[in-house]
Amino acid sequence: MSGLLPGFADPVADAQSAFRAVLEAMARPGRVQRLPRPPAPPAPLSPAAGAVLLALADAETPLWLDAGAEVAEWAVFHAGCPLVEDAGAATFALATGTPPALSSLDPGTDEEPQRAATLILQVASLAEGRGWRLTGPGIEREHRLQVEGVPNGFLAAWTASRARFPLGVDIILCAGDCVAALPRSITIREG
Amino acid sequence: MSGYNFAYLDEATKRMIRRALLKAVAVPGHQVPFGSREMPLPYGWGTGGIQVTASVIGADDTLKVIDQGADDTTNAVSIRRFFARVAPGLRTTERTAEATVIQTRHRIPETPLREGQVLVYQVPQPEPLFRLEPRRAETRRLHALADYGLMQVKLYEDIARHGRVGSSYDHPVMVNGRYLMSPSPIPSFDNPKMHRSAALQLFGAGRERRLYAVPPYTEVRSLDFEDHPFVPLRANGRCSLCGAGDSYLDEVVTDDRGGRIFVCSDTDFCTERQTMREAAE
Amino acid sequence: MYVAVKGGEAAIANAHAWLAEERRGDASLPEVGTDAIREQLTLAVDRVMAEGSCYDPDLAALAIKQARGDLIEAIFLLRAYRTTLPRFGASAPIDTGAMTVRRRVSATYKDLPGGQVLGPTFDYTHRLLDFALAAEGLTPPAAAETDPGEDAAPPRVTGLLAAEGLMAAEEASDAEPGDLTRTPVTFPAGRPLRLQNLARGDEGFLLSMAYSTQRGYGNNHPFVGELRQGDLAVCFTPPELGFEIEIGDLVVTECQMVNQFHGSRTEPPQFTRGYGLVFGRTERRAMAMALMDRALRAAELGEDVEAPAQNEEFVLSHSDNVEATGFLEHLKLPHYVDFQSELESVRAMRAAVEAERQRAPAQAAARQFETEGAGG
Repeated sequence: MSGLLPGFADPVADAQSAFRAVLEAMARPGRVQRLPRPPAPPAPLSPAAGAVLLALADAETPLWLDAGAEVAEWAVFHAGCPLVEDAGAATFALATGTPPALSSLDPGTDEEPQRAATLILQVASLAEGRGWRLTGPGIEREHRLQVEGVPNGFLAAWTASRARFPLGVDIILCAGDCVAALPRSITIREG
Repeated sequence: MSGYNFAYLDEATKRMIRRALLKAVAVPGHQVPFGSREMPLPYGWGTGGIQVTASVIGADDTLKVIDQGADDTTNAVSIRRFFARVAPGLRTTERTAEATVIQTRHRIPETPLREGQVLVYQVPQPEPLFRLEPRRAETRRLHALADYGLMQVKLYEDIARHGRVGSSYDHPVMVNGRYLMSPSPIPSFDNPKMHRSAALQLFGAGRERRLYAVPPYTEVRSLDFEDHPFVPLRANGRCSLCGAGDSYLDEVVTDDRGGRIFVCSDTDFCTERQTMREAAE
Repeated sequence: MYVAVKGGEAAIANAHAWLAEERRGDASLPEVGTDAIREQLTLAVDRVMAEGSCYDPDLAALAIKQARGDLIEAIFLLRAYRTTLPRFGASAPIDTGAMTVRRRVSATYKDLPGGQVLGPTFDYTHRLLDFALAAEGLTPPAAAETDPGEDAAPPRVTGLLAAEGLMAAEEASDAEPGDLTRTPVTFPAGRPLRLQNLARGDEGFLLSMAYSTQRGYGNNHPFVGELRQGDLAVCFTPPELGFEIEIGDLVVTECQMVNQFHGSRTEPPQFTRGYGLVFGRTERRAMAMALMDRALRAAELGEDVEAPAQNEEFVLSHSDNVEATGFLEHLKLPHYVDFQSELESVRAMRAAVEAERQRAPAQAAARQFETEGAGG
């Protein structure tokens, strides 16, 4: 435990500001939000992904992750969340590499779509104003979002997932200290 | 109030509510069950809105609380005082334009909301179908099927009987073309303000343990029929204080001989107009 | 000139100061202490602990004092305090079979192992106002103490029936029960959550609903198999210790109602259980809870669900007096915005009716003219 990196510097205030950025991101899909006071988690986890995890995960949210033993230890210590092997059983799936297939994550049920998983997807970069064309709730006309580092075939998988609405997976994209979100209600077209 | 966490709720409770809020935003208009806590204010007096606000606000927010449109009604005063006690650093305001978070009961401010603002509604009864089907296990199924025939029939019968849709407040809305939603008991006059609002709208029902959301710029359509379109009602008059002819008015009885005047329900809107008028004079 | 009412803040402060003064009452009389409430208003304290879901007689006494004796208000105070407490873990399940009984009665047997122990009960008192109590300074003579001896923890009556195979067995389960104070209930809720809900439900509601089953709304044929009341140790295993320690004592009341059951396709005729377990000496609520538990088992026992007391969603959704009181009393809050829209709506409808009425005679006259014109 001696080498364990700290979590939020101020757990109450930093969790609030991280949540608020994620809420804003989820409410305005495609807009990039900078986290004011993210933690410095172990590699390969970005500060943003670390902040999202600590702000939202706890003993009640089974976590799947692919970020290695050090990140797992950090997440378990600071968030207290149980780890699961099967991504389909996770409330949060945290992917720093190729994420599990969207169709393999819990999409919720017709009566309880809120039970769906959230995918915290770490990507290389996020930029507004170019790239994908996003439309749907939270967007006045169209938001553009360029995401470097999503897996091949992502848009096709997203479109298939979108067809299941209100079932589906919500995605929080993380790069550096920034987040953007793709709630399941959003339609994405190639830019 | 030392000994209590910032904004009263413990961090585990806030996380639970925050997770629920994110899912509510992702599925606009869908009621998300949450582990509502027993608050130090009574159920029915804003515990849902208070829990949502407590989970959202930080020390750099500016909070406005209104009840019936007014900042100085007793319950608004009480809730604003509660947050001033339990959230050190939080600023409070009566100005709509200055607020980052507005908690409301029964009204939407007249001043158009902007991006970056969060409107938190106190909701007594989140289930729009409850008078037609009281069994929540059943209404949950109807929402899953998007089967809103019950409500269509009810509105149709209203029109057949009264020549118009009968509900003058809490008039049900369709959100993003998918979920039937209670706008909370706001006057139907306010319904159009929900449609494609720039602000994020969050709804909390503490006693019924449900919360839901309308993201910004989301379609919110008041239920109606082609030949009987939805018509928001307001008293036909002007505000006696500021002269506004387009705001929602409260009727004030001035004597016992039928004397009455109308004043703006939104006290901040009215005060601002009065100030502007005085400055112009 | 009309000036809008301001000063909500001052009004609230004044109201609360007045409330504090009223609470104290006549200042020439001694103030009632929370220790006196705890010791002398024990059944009020017990009710507040039971419905407040928090076993702490001192806090319950304080809540009663602060609430001026309004028990629902006191329950609310205790609940709001309870919700802020950290959770260290769950105790080991208490074993009511190991209870040191102070009172134990069975209506199903004249005598039984362990005997009938009346204990400190209102039963068989004549409800005549005791004016001697109005005089202060009287200490009642000590009651003759009976040594509980080896009968301190008598066998349960339902166990005696079970030994004969007459009592429907209930599956033991190590499954973690839910907690309705943490997770919202969805229906069907299942028996563990029902029992939690009933154990903290409003006593008046439970009583009335249970009473309705006795009058034919739901077909119960209950016998008090056993009612027992007494002290129990609560044990907890702190993770850092790794072994069980005693952390305190509870007074609880348990009621096991025995109900005849005609049998089903899979079950032979036998007796079924209605179970009540509550904090303190709140015997009435333990009995009502047991009747309600049995009534709410109707569906699982293959009986028709027809009466309100058998309707799980109805009972569980309306049993909580803190919820009910809050929502009922919120009607005191200003509703003038909704009322204004109702006013406008009713006026508009009346205007439409009036216009219709004005139009009707004119149209009738017009028709008459046409008819006459055609005929003339």
